[in-house]
Amino acid sequence: MLNKVDTSVTIAGVTLKNPVMTASGTFGSGKEYGEFFDLSRLGAVVTKGIAPVPWKGNPTIRVAETPSGMLNAIGLMGPGVDTFIEEDLPFLAQFDTKTIVNVCGHCEEDYLAVVEKLADTRADMLEINISCPNVKEGGIAFGTDPKKAEAVTAAVKKIAKQPIIVKLSPNVTDIREIARAVENGGADAVSLINTITGMKIDVRSRRFVLANRTGGLSGPAIHPVAVRMVYEAAHAVKIPVIGMGGVTNAEDALEMILAGASAVAVGSATFRNPLAAAETADGIEAFLKENEIASVRELIGAVRE
Amino acid sequence: MKSLEKARIISREMLTDDICSFWAEVPFAVTARAGQFVSFYLADPSRILPRPISICDINRRLCALRFVFRIVGEGTRQLAQLRTGDLVDCIGPLGNGYPLEEASGKRLLLAAGGLGVPPMLGCVRDLYDEPCAAEGDSFVKPPKAVMCALGYRHDLFLYDEISENTAVSIATDDGSSGVHGTVIDAIREIRLPYDLIFACGPKPMLKALAAFAREKEIPLYVSMEERMACGVGTCLGCVCETTEPDPHYHVNFRRVCKDGPVFRAEELAELH
Repeated sequence: MLNKVDTSVTIAGVTLKNPVMTASGTFGSGKEYGEFFDLSRLGAVVTKGIAPVPWKGNPTIRVAETPSGMLNAIGLMGPGVDTFIEEDLPFLAQFDTKTIVNVCGHCEEDYLAVVEKLADTRADMLEINISCPNVKEGGIAFGTDPKKAEAVTAAVKKIAKQPIIVKLSPNVTDIREIARAVENGGADAVSLINTITGMKIDVRSRRFVLANRTGGLSGPAIHPVAVRMVYEAAHAVKIPVIGMGGVTNAEDALEMILAGASAVAVGSATFRNPLAAAETADGIEAFLKENEIASVRELIGAVRE
Repeated sequence: MKSLEKARIISREMLTDDICSFWAEVPFAVTARAGQFVSFYLADPSRILPRPISICDINRRLCALRFVFRIVGEGTRQLAQLRTGDLVDCIGPLGNGYPLEEASGKRLLLAAGGLGVPPMLGCVRDLYDEPCAAEGDSFVKPPKAVMCALGYRHDLFLYDEISENTAVSIATDDGSSGVHGTVIDAIREIRLPYDLIFACGPKPMLKALAAFAREKEIPLYVSMEERMACGVGTCLGCVCETTEPDPHYHVNFRRVCKDGPVFRAEELAELH
């Protein structure tokens, strides 16, 4: 048993006190869950997707429960970057945690407009969302085509003042190809997986449950898929990989880290337990102490081949 | 700080074939008010989303809340299977609740249909027996009068408790009790004057009521229902369309779980 361990990890020059962050879209900008725990317990808060202007999102019904998971088709409702900078960033500034802003857009110009406005803010990193399955234009259209993914990454990288993480979609034939493409485009890190496109039908009414018909599947149901893709991506690129998809506790997070993730995000688990992300961070520290592992960095990609 | 809490079931009964009622001891009962809700988490790990259940009744002395809900699926079935002494994870109280202070000195009509009835018992209790002690609230002076119009399919659950304290007019879908018709028909039976309405029920009922209240120029507050995920205002799953933009999001959607569930009827585009 060790009484002191090192939980910090460094991604593209940014050091996080522990490898646990929130998954974009499950934590807003931290205000609501900040009523449940001190956000300083997290390595980073990743915000909901921020677009250049307010986005209304999809009609309701937007969410549905599925076995060990949920479908969502929110459609990136958000206040737009100006309100975000004025009202949300200052809130996050109170906490001793890193801020990663998720950036979304319908087209390349949208991403660039947001990245440009965030350049002189206190945002520590940007996560470029090229993988939202719930908007008609942009989003996943960039994330499933390696050429487009590389081009948008390169365009963003050219003007970004912060390191950029590109968030990848699992809705592709080969995750390695897309990971390499964004690495070539200049991404400082990749994060994966975004949700898996799904559908639910009510057999009695014979209607789609979600107004958008399709939605993104998240939760424990997708965890093994995410672990496999993190493993594949980590072996395909040299830049750090941030793992997410169904992480509910420290054990799930450590599994991701062993598969090759340098950090891990907790997403819809927060809907089951508002403290899930903080408890995951605590659990990793406890695991390291119990198993006499001096640093969490020893475990990154350390699955025995 | 808010926290994930344990509710302890202290009594439970079925009011009809598919409507369950339980009292639960919860640490936050003293701060709860009528029209708010509690999100319950199931022990079944395959069901990850909380079940939001509106508060039916409040007993601050026992630090207990009552919940009355219909079994509509596997999640509510599991909640209905809880027994006295069982512990269940929950967070709350959530949402804004009815603006009871607005009713001070007024003649209040409570109008509800189906599973919209339970929160009305909470209103009656909060207005008469248990002045709301929620943080930041001053003592609520009771209204001058409270009357109820309730619509049921067939079985009259909670009718006895509500009619103990207030005049109640009822309507049933099948005409088995009260007026044969809707809540609006029950309202028309009320001969007493009223100058404020609190309502809860299915959307078609709320829509009809909004038209009624508009015509009579009576202020109306309604409790909305939407499919929720987080229950605390983060995920933006449970929005409802509004006539004016949200002050933060700048779009015509507001969050039912956090900005509501109670809204002024004029705020809601869906009721126009």
